[in-house]
Amino acid sequence: MSKIMDLQGIKSSVIEIKDLKTWFPIQRGILSKTAGYVRAVDGISLTIGRGEIVGLVGESGCGKSTLGRTIVGLEKAWKGTVFFQGQNLFTLNRRDRRQVTRKLQIIFQDPLSSLNPRMNVFDIVTEGLVEFGMIEGNRDDHAKRLLNEAGLEGDVIFRYPHEFSGGQRQRINIARAISMRPDFIVCDEPVSALDVSVQAQVINLLIDLRDTHNLSYLFISHDLSVVSSIANRVAVMYLGILAEYGSTVDVIDHPMHPYTIALISAVPVPGRDKKKRIVLEGETPSPSAPPPGCRFHTRCPEVMKVCRVKVPSMTRSGTRQVWCHLY
Amino acid sequence: MQRNLLEIKDLNVTFTTDEGTFNAVENVSFHVGRGEIVGLVGESGCGKSVTALSILRLIPSPPGRIERGNIFFKGKDLLKMSFGDMRRFRGRAISMIFQEPVAALSPLHRIGQQMKEVLILHKKISKEKAKQISIEWLEKVKIPDAKEKMVAYPHQLSGGMQQRVMIAMALMLDPDLIIADEPTTALDVTVQAQVFELILEMKQKHTSILLITHDMGVIWEMCDRVLVMYAARIAEEANRNDIFSNPAHPYTQGLLKSIPKLSTDGKRLKTINGHVPSPTNYPSGCHFRDRCPFAFDRCREEEPPLFDIAKEHMAACFLIQQRELLNKSGE
Ligand SMILES: Nc1ncnc2c1ncn2[C@@H]1O[C@H](COP(=O)(O)OP(=O)(O)OP(=O)(O)O)[C@@H](O)[C@H]1O
Ligand SMILES: Nc1ncnc2c1ncn2[C@@H]1O[C@H](COP(=O)(O)OP(=O)(O)OP(=O)(O)O)[C@@H](O)[C@H]1O
Ligand code: SF4
Ligand SMILES: [Mg+2]
Ligand SMILES: [Mg+2]
Repeated sequence: MSKIMDLQGIKSSVIEIKDLKTWFPIQRGILSKTAGYVRAVDGISLTIGRGEIVGLVGESGCGKSTLGRTIVGLEKAWKGTVFFQGQNLFTLNRRDRRQVTRKLQIIFQDPLSSLNPRMNVFDIVTEGLVEFGMIEGNRDDHAKRLLNEAGLEGDVIFRYPHEFSGGQRQRINIARAISMRPDFIVCDEPVSALDVSVQAQVINLLIDLRDTHNLSYLFISHDLSVVSSIANRVAVMYLGILAEYGSTVDVIDHPMHPYTIALISAVPVPGRDKKKRIVLEGETPSPSAPPPGCRFHTRCPEVMKVCRVKVPSMTRSGTRQVWCHLY
Repeated sequence: MQRNLLEIKDLNVTFTTDEGTFNAVENVSFHVGRGEIVGLVGESGCGKSVTALSILRLIPSPPGRIERGNIFFKGKDLLKMSFGDMRRFRGRAISMIFQEPVAALSPLHRIGQQMKEVLILHKKISKEKAKQISIEWLEKVKIPDAKEKMVAYPHQLSGGMQQRVMIAMALMLDPDLIIADEPTTALDVTVQAQVFELILEMKQKHTSILLITHDMGVIWEMCDRVLVMYAARIAEEANRNDIFSNPAHPYTQGLLKSIPKLSTDGKRLKTINGHVPSPTNYPSGCHFRDRCPFAFDRCREEEPPLFDIAKEHMAACFLIQQRELLNKSGE
């Protein structure tokens, strides 16, 4: 299923993130004094190869969307860099940035609110093409071709978003995203709002498009089953940082980090005995005041003395990376 | 006939909107036994919440209307009860965890206040005792700093925390029946696991639960029996093991094949062709026939009733009858 390129080789990487931090100031009082920061993304490095689908999982609020939004330029990074095909995205001049960001697209969870209700499908899908002078041949034909690629009939082009079901709307979003001939798409919970049977259709579509266009995705989802059915590699986030990153087989079938192990054990799976589940105690700490040492130590079933004081460094195991003092 | 705590017979609910009158729930019958957890699954819009709301007579009218049917609870027909009696049942005997927490919590009152009032009203206990029980339950649903959160207004809590407050309020009255409508959608899998432990503890004390979800994994973990709804009707009913190992309705079969697995076999997901029809546009005969790979002439002409397959296992599909006939003629 996978077209994993040379994982180590930076040349074949589409996206390379280096020590990225995106913090949000917390304002208090009438003078809007900054009272601290929400450290939504707090030092993440990861590389995404061409043709790869990287799944990003983790608890609600751990910073998944913020990471995705920072990569495509919707959120301003505090520190660190993002390279896109070798170019530093944060030092581009305006003209270059416009051309480059066209190749970075994002698809959101709620397909309706991300579509302009007053535009018909034809305008939605061709808006960017017109802006960048990318229409090939007849505009109608081009729009229909894109819609067909996203699994919609060409004759829907003059209808409006509200006339479609959730799954169809997500297809319109996908058609719009691929119209820009992107190299990389952030998919932020693209199937979470869809019914089970529609979800499978959209996942298959995304895989087909990856294959035909050699696209790469960062696929954000809180559903580990969805991620394991689409991703080549999986990144597990906890409180703004990575806990584990490796091939889907490694991370899902043989997790190493105690958080990954607990997360996977908590997923209800038909046919699996729930007695093997690890129930984590306590609450996720606040991202504005993460615990010292390992950020997971307040809830970790394996916690040791060192975990409370020392930040674990990255350990490699094959192509997998894991941040935990056990290894 | 005192065997089942809840017994729904031939329930029909319609809505009248600009687009006309349509059936949101059509000829639905099922029961929930004491101490039993019954799951209700199906695609968005198939009528799960409307079924649940009907039990508490909370269907907004207009536009909604319970056209016909009986809902027996401990042998009494709730649909024939006066509103005063009904109100007394709600909360104490039957409590509901709503899909949208906003529907259940008053935005104007502190959550502790709301919890205490409900306890005092239904349990006739002192203020002090009510406060103590409230805090205990907030702790049980893993709300951090439960004491301090008692004075918070709902909007000061995250969606997941609001959902947990509502779960606490539903469980703390020790009802006979809990109707849980997608109770954990706003929660992480790790917190979801904690909430399920609480619900299972209630089951141990012979509380019955009607659990609405679209997550087949949740169904597997929690339920004794499962109802599968498709487009306003019951498509299949079976005990948990039969639904997973021996699904009979083509919709149930398609649903099970299309759920992503937590494993990396790299196989392409199977899908059900087409889209769920809108309720004003349900096809004649079997509502699933447009998408069914096995549909034949009869499916267009007649509505399939529920056919018995085995003990506690029924499905609304003509194939079952046909298969039975084939088996008989082959004998
Ligand atoms: N614009 C913003 N201003 C201030 N804080 C923000 C902003 N956007 C996100 N946050 C905070 O940053 C943290 C990470 O949020 P983010 O949306 O990235 O989480 P997530 O992992 O995508 O969660 P979910 O699974 O719920 O979508 C949260 O604490 C959130 O409240
Ligand atoms: N107040 C209402 N007014 C008009 N139509 C309604 C109303 N409430 C529900 N309906 C319609 O009744 C049908 C059944 O809705 P219901 O809420 O029971 O679906 P559901 O199975 O709970 O779906 P979901 O999984 O999305 O919660 C839908 O077509 C819905 O649009
Ligand atoms: S570093 Fe320590 S606290 Fe953190 S996950 Fe590993 S064992 Fe647990
Ligand atoms: Mg998010
Ligand atoms: Mg519902």
